[in-house]
Amino acid sequence: MKIEMTGAQAVSYSMMQINPEVVSAFPITPQTDVIKEYAQYVKDGKVTSEFILTESEHSALSVLVGASSAGVRAMTTTSSAGLAYMFEILGIASGQRLPIVMNVVNRALSGPINIHCDHSDSMACRDSGWIQLYSENAQEAYDQTILGLKLAEKMNIPVMVMQDGFICSHCFQNMEVLKDTEVKKFVGTFKPEYSLFDFKKSVTFGPLELTDSYFETKKQLSLAMDEVPKEYNKISEEYYKLTKRKYAPVEDYKAKDADYVIVALNSVCGLVKDCVDELRIKGIKAGLLKIRMFRPFPYNAIIKPLANAKWITVLDRSESFGANAPVYSEILSTMKAKDKIVTSSIYGLGGREIMKEHIMEIFDDMIKPKGKNLRFINSK
Amino acid sequence: MMTIKDLVNAPERLVSGHRSCAGCGFPMIIRTILAAAKGPVIVSNATGCLEVTTTVYPFTSWNVPFIHSAFENASATMTGVTRAYKAMKKSGKIKDDVKFVVFGGDGGTYDIGLQSLSGALERKEDFVYVCYDNGAYMNTGIQRSSATPKGAYTTTTPAGKVEWRKDLAKIAIAHDIAYVATASPHNFMDLALKAEKAFNTKGPSVLIVLSPCPLGWGSKTDQSIQIAKLAVETNFWPLYEYDNGKYTLNYESEERKPLEKFLETQSRFKHLLSPESRNLLKDIQEEIDKKYDELKKLCKE
Ligand SMILES: Cc1ncc(C[n+]2csc(CCOP(=O)(O)OP(=O)(O)O)c2C)c(N)n1
Repeated sequence: MKIEMTGAQAVSYSMMQINPEVVSAFPITPQTDVIKEYAQYVKDGKVTSEFILTESEHSALSVLVGASSAGVRAMTTTSSAGLAYMFEILGIASGQRLPIVMNVVNRALSGPINIHCDHSDSMACRDSGWIQLYSENAQEAYDQTILGLKLAEKMNIPVMVMQDGFICSHCFQNMEVLKDTEVKKFVGTFKPEYSLFDFKKSVTFGPLELTDSYFETKKQLSLAMDEVPKEYNKISEEYYKLTKRKYAPVEDYKAKDADYVIVALNSVCGLVKDCVDELRIKGIKAGLLKIRMFRPFPYNAIIKPLANAKWITVLDRSESFGANAPVYSEILSTMKAKDKIVTSSIYGLGGREIMKEHIMEIFDDMIKPKGKNLRFINSK
Repeated sequence: MMTIKDLVNAPERLVSGHRSCAGCGFPMIIRTILAAAKGPVIVSNATGCLEVTTTVYPFTSWNVPFIHSAFENASATMTGVTRAYKAMKKSGKIKDDVKFVVFGGDGGTYDIGLQSLSGALERKEDFVYVCYDNGAYMNTGIQRSSATPKGAYTTTTPAGKVEWRKDLAKIAIAHDIAYVATASPHNFMDLALKAEKAFNTKGPSVLIVLSPCPLGWGSKTDQSIQIAKLAVETNFWPLYEYDNGKYTLNYESEERKPLEKFLETQSRFKHLLSPESRNLLKDIQEEIDKKYDELKKLCKE
């Protein structure tokens, strides 16, 4: 079904179709539209979820740790400070191998306080043991929430689905949704391996693990993460049959034969695609490699699309002050070994706009290097 | 109503083999409370001595389903469990009637977990919250909490704590919940009956139980129950309950024992008994008497 929705509405809609037993949340701009919609679904009887508005994000995620350990589906959504406030519990959710799904509407971290988009919130959590899926638009955020749930339950690893605050979350976009029955059939019923409600075989969840076992618990998570790209592909194959929409950990947009490639994630990719198309008309081999899956990082999937590139510029919407920015760091470590020029540009912190001229300037400098300093794009 | 026979015959739900110290108050408290829960029960526990001594992987002392998540979120974690239960009851996945109980130390309750507890009480989540109150962060090596009594030595109040204790019962009652009670392990039948009442209460209930800690209090390991009794007899730890708006004192002494009788059993209070501390000791005694009088007044209302 074709429909017009904002990114926030789209993920709320996918949550409604999944109808998890427990949804918890605490409001923060720009995530608020997601829970506002969900509250309406609850009121209208479209879902049967226990909907818990906690007194903080720390508790919102803690509620899900309890619910997921009880053996039911559990979802939440947040942004920025809310995600930072959950930080401690992120590691507990992944360490306990709980298939929780969370929609993150990306917003800059304080301080200074700022409500607009950048990726400092989710990037700060990249080592928390969660699968991270980034979305260019409402369609992808919707699809990856549904895909993500199935992936989480297959791997027993929690999943974060990102979309850009305001740019995606608050803009109406044309997209397609599945029927409720199709979603329900696709995600099936959740069959947890362990549950707190097993009274015949009481399980102690969240024990103290010391030097003799903590390491193995983390090692198991790491090894399981290695399997995630493969499983994602399997699930997306199934999803493709249903939707004709193809998902892979990365999207190769005219990158494979390109001389000049931008690597990026989330909404800016739309803009980069326009620029690539324009350059291609002029006969310039420009391309985009869009990263959807950032954790685990699909190293193998980036090598082929970047194999012909002479110059790769990596766009990051977050900083790693005093070190290589997050996306850049991954691309650099893989492609520098292959003798590529790999440079970094930081853009859009705190919602600073990024326009066609800025992307074109980046491409221009790869095509005819003028030695410009493009470390920070559109900054004073 | 539970009898002592029921208590004796109840299944062991926290079994021996755990690593709590000799003389620690909480094993007895936990066992008594769990004995009062009829049918299946699920436990949520905040980080602290109880959790670290009973769940050292690959062992567990819990004969009932148990979840520990973090220090400050035991109430929120239990909220998730009870709401999952509600959802599963709705969909017919679960038929059993299940009881839910949270255990937190005073640090995990009065301090870092207060927000999570307050949220759960305000939402009227359906579980029993038990604070085993040993008056400091014992797990990390005896640091002050807001439950540490005024004057007490801890490793972070080497000169004795300057401030008064926080009144958790008052805070719980201010949430307009049905049942709040204090208890002490020396009076185990009182504790068991209060736990039974709490389990039978719809919505949240709060029990605050004095939990002697020989290591943290500097007391003899074979004196814990005696000390708990003295705490009550000196009115340092009045036993009372708040049941749907009605206050009841569960123990009234003919004549309260002087506070020194309680203090002299523990080296954390040693300095309070020196002549230089006379004024401070008088202040503390006056505060105890004042609070007790307030309580008596509430019980008459
Ligand atoms: C967020 C956080 N801060 C600090 C700690 C360290 N810590 C673990 S247990 C504990 C003290 C627990 O004290 P209390 O709740 O009184 O329980 P007790 O150890 O006395 O049983 C502290 C400070 C932690 N685990 N998590």
